[in-house]
Order: sequence, then structure tokens, then C-alpha cells
Amino acid sequence: MSTPVSGVPINQSEIEWRLPYRGTIGMGCLILAESAVFIIFVVAYVYYLGKSLNGPTPSQVLELPILGTICLLSSSVTAHLAVSALRKGNLRSCTANLAGTVLLGLIFLCTTAREWYHLIHDEHLTIKTNLFGTTYYALVGLHATHVVIGLVLLFTAFVFALAGRVKEEHLEKLDVLSIYWHFVDAVWVVVFLVVYVLGR
Amino acid sequence: MQAIDETTASQDRRAPVSIIYEWLTTVDHKKIGLMYIAFALFFLLVGGVEALLIRIQLMVPNNHFLSPQVFNRLFTMHGTTMVFFAGMPILFGFGNYLVPLMIGARDMAFPKLNAFSFWISAFGGILLYFSYFGGSGLYAAGTAPDVGWFAYAPLTSKVFSPGHSTDYWSLSLFLSGIGSIGTALNIVTTILCMRCKGMTMTRLPLLPWLYLVTSGLVFVAVGPLSAAQIMLTLDRYLGAHFFDTQAGGSAVLWMHFFWIFGHPEVYILVLPAFAFANEIIPVFSRKAMFGYPAMVAASVAIGFVSLSVWAHHMFTVGMGPAGNTFFVFATMVISVPTGIKIFNWLATIWGGKISFAVPMLFCIGFLFQFLVAGLTGIMLSAAPFNWQLNNSYFVVAHFHYVLVGAILFALFGAFYYWYPKVTGKLMNETLGKWHFWLMVVGFHLTFDFMHIPGILGMPRRIYTYEANRGWQGWNMIVGVGGVIQAVAILCFVYNLISSYRHGEDAGTDPWDAWTLEWATQSPPPSYNFAIEPTVASRRPLWDLKHPEDPDSDYE
Ligand code: HEM
Ligand SMILES: [Cu+2]
Repeated sequence: MSTPVSGVPINQSEIEWRLPYRGTIGMGCLILAESAVFIIFVVAYVYYLGKSLNGPTPSQVLELPILGTICLLSSSVTAHLAVSALRKGNLRSCTANLAGTVLLGLIFLCTTAREWYHLIHDEHLTIKTNLFGTTYYALVGLHATHVVIGLVLLFTAFVFALAGRVKEEHLEKLDVLSIYWHFVDAVWVVVFLVVYVLGR
Repeated sequence: MQAIDETTASQDRRAPVSIIYEWLTTVDHKKIGLMYIAFALFFLLVGGVEALLIRIQLMVPNNHFLSPQVFNRLFTMHGTTMVFFAGMPILFGFGNYLVPLMIGARDMAFPKLNAFSFWISAFGGILLYFSYFGGSGLYAAGTAPDVGWFAYAPLTSKVFSPGHSTDYWSLSLFLSGIGSIGTALNIVTTILCMRCKGMTMTRLPLLPWLYLVTSGLVFVAVGPLSAAQIMLTLDRYLGAHFFDTQAGGSAVLWMHFFWIFGHPEVYILVLPAFAFANEIIPVFSRKAMFGYPAMVAASVAIGFVSLSVWAHHMFTVGMGPAGNTFFVFATMVISVPTGIKIFNWLATIWGGKISFAVPMLFCIGFLFQFLVAGLTGIMLSAAPFNWQLNNSYFVVAHFHYVLVGAILFALFGAFYYWYPKVTGKLMNETLGKWHFWLMVVGFHLTFDFMHIPGILGMPRRIYTYEANRGWQGWNMIVGVGGVIQAVAILCFVYNLISSYRHGEDAGTDPWDAWTLEWATQSPPPSYNFAIEPTVASRRPLWDLKHPEDPDSDYE
């Protein structure tokens, strides 16, 4: 049996060898896969626009969710600020911005919840009513699910920050989380355009 | 060295319970890889038995060996099992095992995610078969799904598919989809972030390169599948109308969604097979791979083009001339990068010092059969021809030519090639040759002759047929071929087990190969490499064995 030759000894004095951070690459892959999922839901929504056999139609019942949109988009800004605060070593600002992100995200969720309440109780639009209901609840619901997951993660980060457990060595992790949150926001821009602008 | 021997010795004496516990909780990429492979081999056998039952039913006209309902369930389960619970897991298993070793890493980038992905896929497989018990009761051998592996709407609506068998189908695919995406994510991250010193992307062995492309396809193809499963489940549980034609929903939309996944999926399966051939053919021809950059470029090109051809499965639904023309062209374009690959393999063999060991035999089989499969694929991609043969046995013959003739053959080659690394023992060559030749004979009897009833008009998924159609003789040959393949596979399974006990010692590098996995012990220790390797060329072991003429001088 020949001897194992682990560690192929080739003369190559200290070459510079840096590889990307695995969290970033992993998140990139996840975002790619998630984008594919969202595209399918968006395509279904657009494909069925105006094909419902009975009412209500989007233009009858939908209103532009201005407040929620503003909150969600600004939460991306605060998420970014949290990361850059941590990069500068300013833990208090980081914590405050995380709190702001969670708060703004929660307000967004509340506006969605209010909208659903209105649609179900006042307009009698459910997922069963017609194709619009089916595709609307599926697409907006899928996005809201992602917001919830993001908020849980952000809230956990906030709690750790409050407890003083977030250090500069966690910068890359927080950055990955903020990338996810930016993605959720970017998806909302698409949903907003497709459902509330184009769809009406 | 001595320390390692001691740990293995003490492991042998441990109680079986603790060994089982260790496997169930492991996060070691090699053990997870092996569990993937074991799980997939099990389902390969299950799917194989289902295939045999289907063929026995079709061997003679007017047969009532199976009932129509059981027959429907069998072909549905066969297709689903083979694609999702044999094909994908076995390829991921090899990827899991080999990728970190070949790039000189100690483990995957996310070991826990790796274990999670495996277990959720395994659970998906179990859930699929649990439908036999859980569907709508145990009587009459249960209620496995019977809607076909592509589950066309509206066949899957509550009206046509009452009970829960379709729910089991779609949930198990959803779970295995999560597992696939997790594993693919892990593989990409491992390759990009864990390469050992000096392994630039241009020195990356071709196997990791192809797994990179495959994983990219997993993200963009399995995502849509999961999305479609969510929609189907919403339809079935909450009364949504995505695919409910009574409420204006569209059955064609399901076809699009399914094939947006389905076509890239066939490349997800075939690219790893290419990867095995890429490693095996050069070693047994004693030549460096011909045209490495072209090989990489062709693989990436195949990945991209395969995303734009899905509707060649739908020429007959009436997309109109513009749509059909686009998908005809897109499909035919695939043959260009595919041709480059075949050319490069042949050029590698050309003038080499070829050794016809079993892994190489299987790769040669792979080459020729893949060529034929590509040709029937191009035939099918011509819309007028497709109108004649869509949903006939010709299509079934085409894709089995790829799935069995190319993928399974390359996979067998990979088993014989890497078995010594995994177990430290060589597989038996004589039995291996029996396996190969029986497989070749069985395969060609089955799938060459299957084209003919297809051309004669025999539709796929037909339960039985009249004697006067001129199909029975062909179906008899096809069935006999199937039985021969089953015998071949039994040879293989026997070889796997008996070589483990009685096989010759392999040493670290039995094939005199060139990539890093052969630089460590067989089987590799849990940390893979005692010292993290450094490489300076595409064939680090060549450099090591030939210090007077290293590859790195030519780069
Ligand atoms: C050289 C490239 C290929 C071309 C041009 C090609 C072309 C086609 C076409 C046009 C069809 C549609 C036939 C019909 O339904 O009427 C088809 C079906 C199919 N092909 Fe291929 N193909 C190629 C490679 C592959 C590969 C690599 C695989 C598998 C790994 C594969 C697996 C399948 C399967 C599974 C089906 C049938 C799907 C079904 O209806 O259930 N093909 N192919
Ligand atoms: Cu296809």
C-alpha cells in the first residue's frame, strides 16, 4: 500500500489567497432561487389579469398602499445604516437602526393585514372568489411570508445587539441579513408595480 | 498515521447503536454523500421493480396482470421516484462526497445545512411512498398518486383526483425541492469559498465546474417547481383556481410551469454524468483532457440554453407558428455545445494509451448512447416530426436513452472508479465486465426496439392493447431486455457488497489518477487532508509524481 500524500508539496511561497465570504455567496444563491419562485407567481398574476369570470376586479377593490410602501422602503435604508454603523464600530447606532428596521417592517405588515381584512370583510374577496383573489393572495401572501421571516431574523439580531452581543466580527453576518432584507424590498417594488399599478 | 489507525480500530469495536447514532447525526460531507447514495440506490431498486412490472404488463396484448388503476400508479411512481428520489439524490451524493475532496477542502461550506438538506429530501421520498398507506386508506394496496410524473392539470384537481394521493405527490416534491436547493447552495458556496491554495477557477477540475453549472440550474429550475407545487396545493386545499379550468384557470399554464422546471431538470441529471466522464476518460486514456476551456464554456452554454427550450414538450398544445419556431431553434442550438463536448471526449481518447477497465467501458458506452439520444432529441425537436410522435413510445425511448444509456452508464462508471476511494477496496473486474456486457445487451434490446412501436403509433401510458396492432413482438423484445438489465443490476449490487468484504486492497491511488481526492488515504479520514494541499496546475498529482516535467510549467 502506497503512503498517502496529503498536502501536495509544491513550491509556491505565500501566494495571496483570498476567497469570498461564504455567507454572501450562500445568500446570493438563495436569492437566485427565491427570485425564480417569485417570477412564477408574478407571471401567474399577470397571465390571469382580467381573466376572472366574476368580480370583484382589482380596480374595484385595491388601493395604493402608499404608507406601507414608504415604510418598507425606508426600512431598507435603516438596515443599511445599521450595517455601516457596525462597520464604524458604533454599536448604539447599530442597535437603534435595527430597532427602526423592525418597527418599519412591522408597520408594513400591519398595512397588509389591514388591507386583507378590508378585502375579506368588506369586499368579500377570498382566495376562492375568482382568479384575481387566487393570484393576489398567493403573490402578496408569499411576499408577506418573506417579510415575516426577515423580521424574525432582524428582531433576533436586534435582541443580540441590545444585549451587547453584536461585535464587529459579526459584520459579515449582519451584512448578509441586510442583503436578504434588501431583496425582500426589491420584490415589493415589483409586486407594487404589478399588482397595484399595472393591475389596476 | 498511527493515531488514525487507532481511532479506526476502536471504532470497529463500538456498539452498533452508537454507530447508527453517529450516522444519523453526522455532518461529515462524506457520510452524508454515502447516505444520499444509499438512499438513492434503494429507490433505484424500487423504481426498477416498478419498471419491470410495467413491462411485464405490456409484454403481451390483452394482458390483465395488473389492473388499470395499479398500472397508472406504477408509471407515476416510477417516473417520480426515478427523477426525484433516485437520479437527483445519487448525483448530489457523488457531488457531496467528491467536491470537497477534489478542491482540497476539509468539508462543505455549511455542514449542518448539508445534513438538513439530505434528511428533508429523504423525508420527501418516504412521504411519497407513505401515500400507499395514507392516501385514502389501506385497502386495495393504498392510493399512490396516479396522475403521471408531470401531473397535468386538470387531472390533479379535486374532481378528478379525490383523496390525498396527489397531495402526497406534490408535498414530497416540494420537500425534496427544498433539499435540492439547499444542497446546490452548499455545493456552489463550497466551490467558490473553500478551494485550497492555488486552485484558481481555471485549475478547478471539471467535475466541480459541472456541479457549479448543475447547481445554478437547480436554483432557477427547482424554484419554479416549488412555486407550482405551492399553487397546486393552494388549489387543492384552499379552493384556489390556478389550474381550475372551470373558473377560468389554465391547464396550459401548468404545462409551462412544469416544463420550465422539467427541461432544465434533465440537464441537472445529465451534467453530473458528463462530469464523471470528464474525470474518467482522461485517466484511462492517459492524456490530459482535451480542450478544458471549451469544455467549461460548453457546459455553461448548455446551462443557459437549456433554460429557453422548455416548450419543445408542448408543440402539440397549439402555441402557434411563432412559438413553435422559436422553441425548435432554441432546442436545436443545444446540439452545438453538446457536439463540442462529444468532440472533446473523442479527442481525448484519440491516440491515448487506452485501458479498458470497467469504468472506462461504461464511459465508452455512455459516449455512444448519449450521441444516439441526442440525435433522437434533435429529431423530436422538429415540430412537424414531433406532431407525429409526441406522447408515443418514441419519446419514451428517446429519454430513456439519455437517462439509462447515458446517465446510468456514466454513473456505473463512477461507482467502479471511486469505489476504491470510498472503501479502500477494488471492485471485482470480472463481475464488472459481466455487469457491463449484460447491461449493454439489455439496454439495446429494450430501448433500441422501443422506438419502433412508437413509430407504429403505440401511445405511452397505454394500459394494454389489441393483438392486431403489430406491437406485440416489439414489446416482447423490450420486456426481455428489461429483465436482462435487471440481472445486470443484480450483478452490480452483488459486486458492491462482496467487494467490500473480499475486494483487493486499493491503496490511495489505484488508477494512477491526477486529481486531489487521490492524494489522501482510502477511505479518507474525517478531516480529508492532514495538511491542506496547495496546487499549481490542473493535475496536481501529476506534478507530484513527475517533478521533472510538471504541468505547471506549461500554464
Ligand atoms: C441533445 C439534446 C436533447 C434534445 C434536442 C432533446 C429533445 C427533446 C424533445 C424535443 C422532447 C419532447 C418530445 C415530446 O414530448 O414530444 C424530449 C423529451 C424528453 N427528453 Fe430530451 N432532448 C435532449 C436531451 C435530453 C436529455 C439530456 C435528457 C435527460 C437527461 C432528456 C430527457 C427527456 C425526457 C425525460 C423527455 C420526455 C419528457 C416527458 O414527456 O415525460 N433529453 N427531448
Ligand atoms: Cu426537454
